[in-house]
Amino acid sequence: MDDFDVRGLVQPMRVALQVTCINDALYPDTGRNVVRLLRRLGVDVEFPAAQTCCGQPMVNTGYINEAVPVLRTFVDAFAGYDAVVTPSGSCAGSVRHQHAIVSARAGDPLLAERSADLAPRVFELSEFIVDVLGVIDVGAWFPHTVAYHPTCHSLRMLGVGDRPTKLLEAVEGLTLLPLSEAEECCGFGGTFAVKNAGTSVAIGEDKVRNVLATGADVLVAGDRSCLTHIGGLLDRQRSGVRVMHLADVLAQTRPPGGGRR
Amino acid sequence: MTGTFVGMPAFPAAARDALDNAQLRANLDHATSTIRAKRAAVVGELEQWEALRIAGAAIKDDVLLRLDDHLLTLESALQDAGAVVHWARDAAEACRIVAEVARAHEADEVVKVKSMVTQEIGLNEALAAEGIAAWETDLAELIVQLGDDLPSHILVPAIHRNRSEVREIFLREMPDAPPGLTDDPARLAEAARMHLREKFLRAKVAVSGANFAVAETGTLVVVESEGNGRMCLTLPDVLVSVVGIEKVVPSWRDLEVFLQLLPRSSTGERMNPYTSTWSGVTAGDGPQEVHVVLLDNGRTRALADEIGRQALRCIRCSACLNACPVYERVGGHAYGSVYPGPIGAILNPLLRGVGSSDQVDSLPYASTLCGACYEVCPVLIDIPSVLVNLRAQVVDAHRSGLPKAEAVAMKTARATLSSSWRLALAERFTRIGLGAARRFGASAWTRSRDLPEAPQESFRKWWRRTGGRP
Repeated sequence: MDDFDVRGLVQPMRVALQVTCINDALYPDTGRNVVRLLRRLGVDVEFPAAQTCCGQPMVNTGYINEAVPVLRTFVDAFAGYDAVVTPSGSCAGSVRHQHAIVSARAGDPLLAERSADLAPRVFELSEFIVDVLGVIDVGAWFPHTVAYHPTCHSLRMLGVGDRPTKLLEAVEGLTLLPLSEAEECCGFGGTFAVKNAGTSVAIGEDKVRNVLATGADVLVAGDRSCLTHIGGLLDRQRSGVRVMHLADVLAQTRPPGGGRR
Repeated sequence: MTGTFVGMPAFPAAARDALDNAQLRANLDHATSTIRAKRAAVVGELEQWEALRIAGAAIKDDVLLRLDDHLLTLESALQDAGAVVHWARDAAEACRIVAEVARAHEADEVVKVKSMVTQEIGLNEALAAEGIAAWETDLAELIVQLGDDLPSHILVPAIHRNRSEVREIFLREMPDAPPGLTDDPARLAEAARMHLREKFLRAKVAVSGANFAVAETGTLVVVESEGNGRMCLTLPDVLVSVVGIEKVVPSWRDLEVFLQLLPRSSTGERMNPYTSTWSGVTAGDGPQEVHVVLLDNGRTRALADEIGRQALRCIRCSACLNACPVYERVGGHAYGSVYPGPIGAILNPLLRGVGSSDQVDSLPYASTLCGACYEVCPVLIDIPSVLVNLRAQVVDAHRSGLPKAEAVAMKTARATLSSSWRLALAERFTRIGLGAARRFGASAWTRSRDLPEAPQESFRKWWRRTGGRP
């Protein structure tokens, strides 16, 4: 019985939402939908107000020194929680793969220890629902055709595999359409989108062409940053295809009275 | 004579030119997607593929940890086998050694096996300056050389050309091209074969690189697909091989791993067509004078980089080029080096160092960090992590002096993101910021992409107002 964790029996797991800086500032609805979804699944998620950002924008641009105080803020905000949920494969990937680089750079063994302790408890949304909660059918209802773009950091850095598509397939009324060359990057790449804007757009236009070829109403992904890029291209083309975060879809429920279909 | 990468603009400008070339993009799209599919099919056949990758990386890492020992073993084995071993610190030294060997035999021409390292050191240009013509005998290298062009891919240097362009180049530049030449690939290959045969039979000196150098027996290995390499390695009297010091492997057993990894990753073949091995001089058979030039040219600099040194595992398969979304759109020339694509984006800065050339410093940023390169690399080079580390080196190299706008922005971000109250304050200006970006339009983002609408309130503000209970 030595390794039996009684904490979960005595008191419920304390779960924090790391909303991500982009959702905080630009897509608060996605953050609200994560809260709504998790509460529906019985998780009383908290929002530690001290949080800011994972530091990835700085690290990926080469400004690792500048990311050190951001990492301190991150660790201070989330250290007391049993689990941290983030609606971003990219931010979760940054926590697991880059925070060690940042703390090494800081030359601060305590920060290194605290961030190494925290990193395994940070979960991307679909990982948290499928692996921690053990749920596939979240009780959602979304009567639309959907294409799913598996963003690179979710796919290759985290290896979330088919968790997001399993969750989507279990949504009532949702038709998931196959996206060709789905695993190809959308061309966003953080500051790449501005530093090499032409190349970023050229890659994105091929992604958009594949999305339009599915005939889907909605493109879903687990990262708002990639969706800002793809959605910006779709909107510029007046395509009529909406982009939605995975959380935005999973939070939808059948309205009282049954709804359409 | 081929062109030169010297003086190429930094990646963003070079990429812009490439993006405007519709023919180039069509050729690249077709070629990379074909080769990607071939690779995926043959890699999928091997259940032990992951184990092979791990073994390949481990062998190379072990070599790099004891590189000096392995090189001394190689040198003495080569000498015992009758080869002359030269050590070259840099490109100039290596070129001088090759030219001296050619001059000693009064050769005014050499035939060449396709080799990345001789392109890296600019050997053809250096020999030309000495009045020695270097004939490329690989079909694609021949196309590049005749077209006064630059290679744009490690394995398929003329990947940016389609067959009708190849036909035009042959008709224009090859005096012995048959007049009725069509763009049928078999006819084009035949024309090249006729053109080259005469050179193979005439040349006294051949120049090659090496894919591997086996230390225990002093054996060099060249892996090729056309048989031109075999001709160069066996017909001339004198053979000079330029070999990067990271090409050494301890024993023949190690080749078992790499000769499975390399063809499946590069050409998408199960087995390589022509694998030539030779150990020094064999009396009465093949070249009777064999030289080996062991080249540093920045490799020890790369070796000193703790994170970057894994790039020296590279076996030049080019799977990362074919998998890369950036390479697929802009091609190889935009990287301004014989090593393009993801591996070029790390290898060039590692070999040459950052902080002194805008072109080199732009390469670590020529990536979306999507990780497709790492996924296909047969020796597990974590290219995205090396890219990020090199970006940090680029930033650090420019920390003194006048800060760029980007550096100011990042320092502002550090201040803003170090405390939640400063972030909350900054978020009040989200609407103003987005509005300004929209109004003053032609920014790098908005030229082709719409910006999102600013929300009424940030998530943070909503939570404070409602406690997360709507």
